[in-house]
Amino acid sequence: MNLLVLLIVPLLAALMIILVKKESASRMISLAAALVQLVLVGWVLFQFLQSRQAMPQLLYFEQIFQWFPVWNIQFHIGVDGIAISMMILTALVVLAGVLVSWQETTLPKEFFFLLMFLSLGAYGFFMSRDIFTLFFFLELAVIPKFLLIGIWGSGQKEYSAMKLALMLMAGSALVFIGLTAIYHQAHSFDLTVLAGFQFPIGFQYLFFPLLFAGFGIFAALFPFHTWVPDGHASAPTAASMFLAGISMKLGGYGCLRVASFLMPDAAVHYAPVIIVLSTCAILYGAFVTLMQTDLKYMNAYSSVSHCGFVMLGIGVFNTTSVYGAILQMISHGLMTALFFAAIGMIYQRTHTRKVAELGGLLANLPFISTVFVLAGLCSLGLPGLSGFVAEMTVFVGSWENTATWVRIATLLSCASIVVTAVYILRATGKAIMGPLQQAYASLTDAVWYEKMAAVFLLTGIFVMGIAPFLIQYITGDEAAAIINAGAQTLIKK
Amino acid sequence: MLNLTYILIILLLPFGNFLLLGIGSRKISQPFSGWLATLSLLVAASFSLLIAYEYFVVTGPNNGIYPSIELFRYPWLVFGTKLTIEMSWVLDSLTVMMLVVVTLISAMVHLFSLGYMKGEGRYTTYYAFLGLFTFSMLGLILAGNLFQIYIFWELVGVSSFLLIGYYFTKPTAIAAAKKAFIVTRFADLGFLMGILIISFYGETLDIATLIERLTNTTTAQSMAIQTAQWMGISALTWGLAMLFIGGAGKSAMFPLHIWLPDAMEGPTPVSALIHAATMVVAGVYLVARLFPVFQLSESILQLVTYTGIFSAFFAAIIACTQTDIKRVLAYSTMSQIGYMMFSLGIARGDDQYLGYTASLFHLFTHAFFKSLLFLGAGAVIHLIHSNEIDKMGGLRKYMPITHISFLIACLAIAGIFPFAGFFSKEEILLATYHANRPVFVMALITSALTAFYMFRLYFSIFWGKSQPTDPHHTEGTATMKIPLIVLMLCTIVVGFLPFSAWVFQGGSPLASHIDWKFSLIPLTLSGVGIVLAAYFYRKPSDRASEWALVFGGIYRAASNKFYIDEIYRWITQQILFPLVGKPFAWFDKHIIDGTVNGVGTFVGSIYYFIRGMQSGKLQDYLFYFLAGIAAWMIFFFYIWK
Repeated sequence: MNLLVLLIVPLLAALMIILVKKESASRMISLAAALVQLVLVGWVLFQFLQSRQAMPQLLYFEQIFQWFPVWNIQFHIGVDGIAISMMILTALVVLAGVLVSWQETTLPKEFFFLLMFLSLGAYGFFMSRDIFTLFFFLELAVIPKFLLIGIWGSGQKEYSAMKLALMLMAGSALVFIGLTAIYHQAHSFDLTVLAGFQFPIGFQYLFFPLLFAGFGIFAALFPFHTWVPDGHASAPTAASMFLAGISMKLGGYGCLRVASFLMPDAAVHYAPVIIVLSTCAILYGAFVTLMQTDLKYMNAYSSVSHCGFVMLGIGVFNTTSVYGAILQMISHGLMTALFFAAIGMIYQRTHTRKVAELGGLLANLPFISTVFVLAGLCSLGLPGLSGFVAEMTVFVGSWENTATWVRIATLLSCASIVVTAVYILRATGKAIMGPLQQAYASLTDAVWYEKMAAVFLLTGIFVMGIAPFLIQYITGDEAAAIINAGAQTLIKK
Repeated sequence: MLNLTYILIILLLPFGNFLLLGIGSRKISQPFSGWLATLSLLVAASFSLLIAYEYFVVTGPNNGIYPSIELFRYPWLVFGTKLTIEMSWVLDSLTVMMLVVVTLISAMVHLFSLGYMKGEGRYTTYYAFLGLFTFSMLGLILAGNLFQIYIFWELVGVSSFLLIGYYFTKPTAIAAAKKAFIVTRFADLGFLMGILIISFYGETLDIATLIERLTNTTTAQSMAIQTAQWMGISALTWGLAMLFIGGAGKSAMFPLHIWLPDAMEGPTPVSALIHAATMVVAGVYLVARLFPVFQLSESILQLVTYTGIFSAFFAAIIACTQTDIKRVLAYSTMSQIGYMMFSLGIARGDDQYLGYTASLFHLFTHAFFKSLLFLGAGAVIHLIHSNEIDKMGGLRKYMPITHISFLIACLAIAGIFPFAGFFSKEEILLATYHANRPVFVMALITSALTAFYMFRLYFSIFWGKSQPTDPHHTEGTATMKIPLIVLMLCTIVVGFLPFSAWVFQGGSPLASHIDWKFSLIPLTLSGVGIVLAAYFYRKPSDRASEWALVFGGIYRAASNKFYIDEIYRWITQQILFPLVGKPFAWFDKHIIDGTVNGVGTFVGSIYYFIRGMQSGKLQDYLFYFLAGIAAWMIFFFYIWK
């Protein structure tokens, strides 16, 4: 299995979209590319499971190309269980994103071109084993977002696009300083090489915060989260789905794979800060969500709250909690993409996202309403859906830390499940239930592409929620491996 | 014969209903979906009865103890080396008893709904949700893992939400559904914390292992949980208190009961199934399931006892003043669950496990007569199209079967021989008499109150002034009458079952006999209650309202449910939203986002400043050039040297 195929497909699709004259062909190409990606990722998974069964190794389908020998930069790609599960998430979200944008009429060629580019960035990011390559793909994913919001967005889109791009760029800048410092210290960008490198403790204390905060901005780490609500509120539906479903995961993945993995001493040292910030994000985010009146703002702030669980898991830094963080990344990606898709479908029909103006949609939009309710139930952690599995794993992992203040942080985070229930049910009770409003009496329910988008995401949510052991089987002991790397350096010290 | 297949059939039938009818809710036609669901539930109920027969009669006890049979175990979510959520289905006497209750009542409710819900818009969806609920409830009672209980606990919660909000265009139903979910969610937070605490020290989530480890004082886990302290209270006590909060929320114990009366906004058969017979007793079930662990903490047992008795008494008083037929029944449910709770709380070692058996016996009998009361109420509402007892009266002529079954259920709940409630209540009172006298006195008073308010309901509906009713309306279809008759027969019969020989705690069954001398007191008090109710309500009169005036403030407070709802509303509307939510939102908008924008503006102003320099005017550039040279010269000659 050659992983390069996963990069070539979106690239090729993007090129074809440019070359093909007919505007409507662009969506067909995108859909085909997205489907091929899904199949390919499935194939990667299958091959991965087979070769792992035959002979377990650290990385699978590894390839190294010299890219920039002077700086020892290699194009080093390879996957493990965690990377593959993130790629499954990417494939599902991309497919759903393309489907919900089926009726995009403003500059469809450019729109789908950018979507393909975004997916290219995401796949590249998750398969990179060289942190320079990783950074390259991270950047690749920022610019399309700026354009997607700036051109196809709504509301104060210029402001939001600029804010998002600048804040993410600031994050990138921090990451870049960290990377340069790492290179300066270890003379390599290769994660496999760096994993064996012992960074001096002073170095870790200095550069871990930069890397962590840099990636953290992507993952909506409190207090660097304000790009999330504005960005999402202005973004077109597919961009919101990509942004919350994939981009925010790039941050969490980076925090875990680069910052905490390479500098475990500092990860332990700074754990209090991370835990406090993520608890703030979880509970504070939930309370801020409670006060939102716009569905998109609501889901955006709820994303801040939910991504707090990712950060909490990484901050607590034990096997269970890190595993929980990974689960939460996947779960939140699927769930929030579904939520944005549902909100987009509602908005397209009613032309409003204000909760107060909506009402009684269940009566004539049963499918969309069901999707909305399911996304909401997943968000509030209903068992049987993915959110429960992820949140509980984070809670149990976090609870393993016996320090009293961590315990209190854990309990406060647990308390967010009540607040989440309140805001989800308030929105559901007002928008979905209630007497049907005359203005919405003639709306029609979801059409095939919308249904397909929802079904793909729901499948992921249900599979993960009903059979979490499958995800556990895919990821294997990767979380333990990350922690063990940390533990070993601690022992060596 | 007791194998996984039976359990799988029982579990998968309602789940299959949910999937099939849920997905095909638009395609499957009306009577068909209902009959399909009803028939499959009848099959499930017969399998439950078969299992019960096999378990209690054919297999029988092994060395005096009914075995706990583990049928299935699969690691569902591995948290780490110690903690794993394992899906495990376990059969023991408690489970088998609950299986019968859940499937039987559910089947009856399915059957009743065929007539009651006829012509409703989302008929198929209704049956899908009933299937989801039944499946979740069965999962809850069969669970062998603490976290597994929590999983199904949440699922019954959401099915309850969906069914209360069945009339989704009705604002009161939406509010009630939200309230039920959020209040129980709040309690579930306690449950979750309890699981975290108990499983951390017990180092397992498996209930049997947990009980084994914690009750044996020599194990490391038991010592750890007893010695670990926070704020002077042991981890064990904290954990159990938290678990009990979860149970109290689901079982509508004071002060987490506020959702139950409102939950009556759901269709009446749903109230019979979920909010009377099965889901609301989940809290009792939880305490019973972990009973040996609860025994380890005296203070928690006290908490259980006093919460139970207070809720029982409190709800009985409110029930005397309510005019909505379903709300009276809801408060009566709360009151009866209070009985079950305190009965568990007073059960201690030294051969005093009678309270345990009595509590579960009451759970068992209560399920039948309370669902019968609700279905009867449903039949009445179906006829009258109103919940208010003022609009009813003299109905005994129009609906004879409903009348008889309602009367028998009222006698049963009042604890009159020979109906089911008599036996279980008698046992509870006897156990309490030996264990705790003040609680016993309270329980007696509550028992009299119960008889009074139930017969108030009975006389107001079936006696008194005859209201003009539409002659076209009849008692209802056969599908509505059959469940009433079946449950009525159950109410008459189940009291005679040798229950205490089947479900017991502490190694050997307790000899159960009726102490007639003892029974005289509660019987007399119940009789007084009934006579008083007859005096007030049998014939139309002003007696009741005159006495209401005598009680004045107390009466008004009780009819306003002692203003508990207002307190909650005040806390959420006056504290949580304006004092927590709003400041947070303000902080986010003005401080955090303000800072971000401030940085942006600051950078922008630098840019404007620098841009101003590139003016294109030659004299400006000449000035900068000369100023630069001057600066460099000053630097080289004065500072660097």
